[in-house]
Amino acid sequence: MKDQITRRQFLKMSAGTGLTIAVAASPFGLRLLSAAELQKEGTSFRPSAWLEVRSDNSVIITVSKSEMGQGVYTSLPMIVADELDADWKNVLMQPAPAGDAYRDPVWGSQSTGGSSSIRHMYEPLRLAGAAAREMLLQAASKEWDVSIRECAVSLGTVRHIKTNKMFTYGQLADKASKLSVPQKPVLKKESQFRYIGTALPRLDTGDKVNGLAKFGIDSFAPGMLYAAIARPPAYQADLVSYSKEAAHAVAGVRAVVPIHSGMAICADTLDAAWKGREALKPVWQNGRYPKLSNESLEKEFTGQLDSKGVIARNDGDVKTALDQAARKLDVIYTLPYLSHATMEPMNCTAHVRSDGCDIWAPTQNQTGVLMLAAKLTGLRPEQINVHTTFLGGGFGRRFETDFVEEALLLSLSTGKPVKLIWRREEDMQNDLYRPANVSRIQGGLDANGGATAWSHKIVCPSIFSRVFPAMVKNGIDNAAVEGLENMEYEIPNMNVEYVRMDTPVPVGFWRSVGSSHNAFTVESFVDELAHAADEDPLEFRLSLLKNHPRAKRVLTTAAEKAGWGKPLSKGQARGIAYHLSFGSYVAEVAEVSVDKKTGMVTVHKVTCAVDCGGVVNPAIVKAQMMGGIIMGLSAALKEKIEIAEGGIKSANFADYELLRMSEAPEVDVHIVKSTEKQGGIGEPGVPPIAPAVANAVFTATRARIRRLPMKPETVLAAMKA
Amino acid sequence: MISLDINGKSYQVDVAADVPLLWVIRERLKLTGTKFGCGIGMCGSCTVHIDGKAERSCQTPVSEAQGKKITTIEGLPENHPVKKAWVKEEVPQCGYCQPGQIMQASALLAEDPHPSEAKVVLHMNGNLCRCGTYPKIKSAIRLASTGVKK
Repeated sequence: MKDQITRRQFLKMSAGTGLTIAVAASPFGLRLLSAAELQKEGTSFRPSAWLEVRSDNSVIITVSKSEMGQGVYTSLPMIVADELDADWKNVLMQPAPAGDAYRDPVWGSQSTGGSSSIRHMYEPLRLAGAAAREMLLQAASKEWDVSIRECAVSLGTVRHIKTNKMFTYGQLADKASKLSVPQKPVLKKESQFRYIGTALPRLDTGDKVNGLAKFGIDSFAPGMLYAAIARPPAYQADLVSYSKEAAHAVAGVRAVVPIHSGMAICADTLDAAWKGREALKPVWQNGRYPKLSNESLEKEFTGQLDSKGVIARNDGDVKTALDQAARKLDVIYTLPYLSHATMEPMNCTAHVRSDGCDIWAPTQNQTGVLMLAAKLTGLRPEQINVHTTFLGGGFGRRFETDFVEEALLLSLSTGKPVKLIWRREEDMQNDLYRPANVSRIQGGLDANGGATAWSHKIVCPSIFSRVFPAMVKNGIDNAAVEGLENMEYEIPNMNVEYVRMDTPVPVGFWRSVGSSHNAFTVESFVDELAHAADEDPLEFRLSLLKNHPRAKRVLTTAAEKAGWGKPLSKGQARGIAYHLSFGSYVAEVAEVSVDKKTGMVTVHKVTCAVDCGGVVNPAIVKAQMMGGIIMGLSAALKEKIEIAEGGIKSANFADYELLRMSEAPEVDVHIVKSTEKQGGIGEPGVPPIAPAVANAVFTATRARIRRLPMKPETVLAAMKA
Repeated sequence: MISLDINGKSYQVDVAADVPLLWVIRERLKLTGTKFGCGIGMCGSCTVHIDGKAERSCQTPVSEAQGKKITTIEGLPENHPVKKAWVKEEVPQCGYCQPGQIMQASALLAEDPHPSEAKVVLHMNGNLCRCGTYPKIKSAIRLASTGVKK
């Protein structure tokens, strides 16, 4: 993979040597620019997609999104290459540096999240590819002095149809670059797609298999120091004493630096930094919340169910409908804080100088990193180079910039490049967690078993009030109520109320965000209603989704492929759930068995149906569904952050266990053919799995799981309830 | 000075005897394919071969690796059947844990070229993958072992 280059270098390099196309998001829509035009425009536009055709026929596609496993280093180049009709063999990708040029055209910031990369980049990338194709055609027709209509492109070449004369794109690149960029290039028809919709192999597989892919932790800067930070064991705990001398006595330790998050040791080697941290022997005072624990928090959350919240949705008259219901259900669901636990712990390498700054970071948020560095260093954004590496998992954790801030501060303080690597324990205990939350749901059925009322009150911390406060409208954090306020079930009286709960435990985006918990409560409760109405859970759902054909299709597809209603081996049971998130519909059927003595849940197989609209790469879609299901299952069966004495007690994979191979089910994914608007794929596989499993557990045991994770003791307790 | 034989090359490193092999390989010798995941031997990201056996390099003091043959992901040939199977099955997502998975799997197949599925799972169970590629890892091991795609 090519080294990263700055935008300025890119322009310098490409000027006169080939054809480059940028797409600019302007107030008037998307505009296409050549490199020469871009230089004239200055910086007032925001070109967000780049392609370059070089004279050696290579096509270099710059990807502005971070690769964290979701396949953007392959799927985004596929979109450009298709419209360009490039030869895939000649396609190279390079990660974009951080800069205005690469801001997301929808968000206005350069960042990766919300399962949005393809949705946001599809149009600009197609336009860039199509514009370049038309310019290459035009350049060839000029050379041959024939009409463009007599020429055709194919796999990186332009041909004159009658004479079969041929130019490669590389031969035409220079001449094409002198032409003005067509503003309304004609896009291919779907039937003309060469790559979009095909399972092309990922471009990053070889490097990842051979250990050559460079992650953040693989960054080195000449003369760098290694940093290790001693951190408090509880929130807001002060450092009472420590031995600076003992730390300095460790050979190789260069500096002991107090920073906001603890006491940092900077040393010549990683082992010296870690030994220095040991020698420091910090003593911390009790934190500000000595009684904070899982139990205290749950009591508080549950207590808040009696508080008045803000109304996120109110259809009909839920109170009257509940009063008049023939059958009422009134239940409480409780979900824990979760850690991201990316396999690559947080890390960053930074080098701040008086005239510039380099940052190597596995980040989902280049704009955030750039703005933070500008603020801390006083440098101008164009003096700051953000080198985005591969991300060893992201899941929302790497949208945060806390680890970058520490590396920058330590480089500023020591005047040297600094490489900071968090231990797993630091990573686990200094996360911004998936919020814990408690929901009280009341449902009403009429005498015929029809659902007439749904009242849903959720007590949940707010992510947006910290990350994007402007997006909290009328006191409603959409992240807390997504999946509730837009629930599709056709129930005439529905009320969603949100009680914001602030705790000392910081919260952040965790793969599928609010849907990671709301899908569990909604899809479990709809199952409760189905069983209360004595109806088949699939049929009951379908009867409430008469006007939601996409939801019905994923449900019926998953059910059919899973053999819903057909006999299973003894002791096994199926459960179903569906959820709409990030524009995609996903239904999952889980086949489970429960050891009735121990309460141990085994998931044998998961069948998934996804409708994400038009598909760019079906192999990547399937892989993301499989991965989402297994990560979601890990959370559903095993994960819970332990909190005690005012701090996070879970520390490593010994006490925060992730799903292992022996617990991973067979996963069968079916993509529903769809011409609907594109949806995301990175996150939507996660939400339905927890309720699908819990619903299967109910069928197997008649025990309703209203608390996650489904550890054996939780299942046993539910069986006794 | 500690002498190490890694991927058939010998290295002299000025490092304390108790430093984990992982950090010497990664940060001193810059063979960065071997990854740090947990530091307590619970995730397998740091797996290398020591005299042909899969070992957690985060739990191996560098002095214990002296005089032994160490192989890292960089030392496993590109045409190794396990690497080829990993490519064919498109196992990696984020890719961070995969060098460890591949080293773990290749040690198994070296010892037992045709392990049962139960043996594969038992042998691989110490290697975590947060992206959830386990089903593909199983298929790739089956492919490397039998030459047959599922």
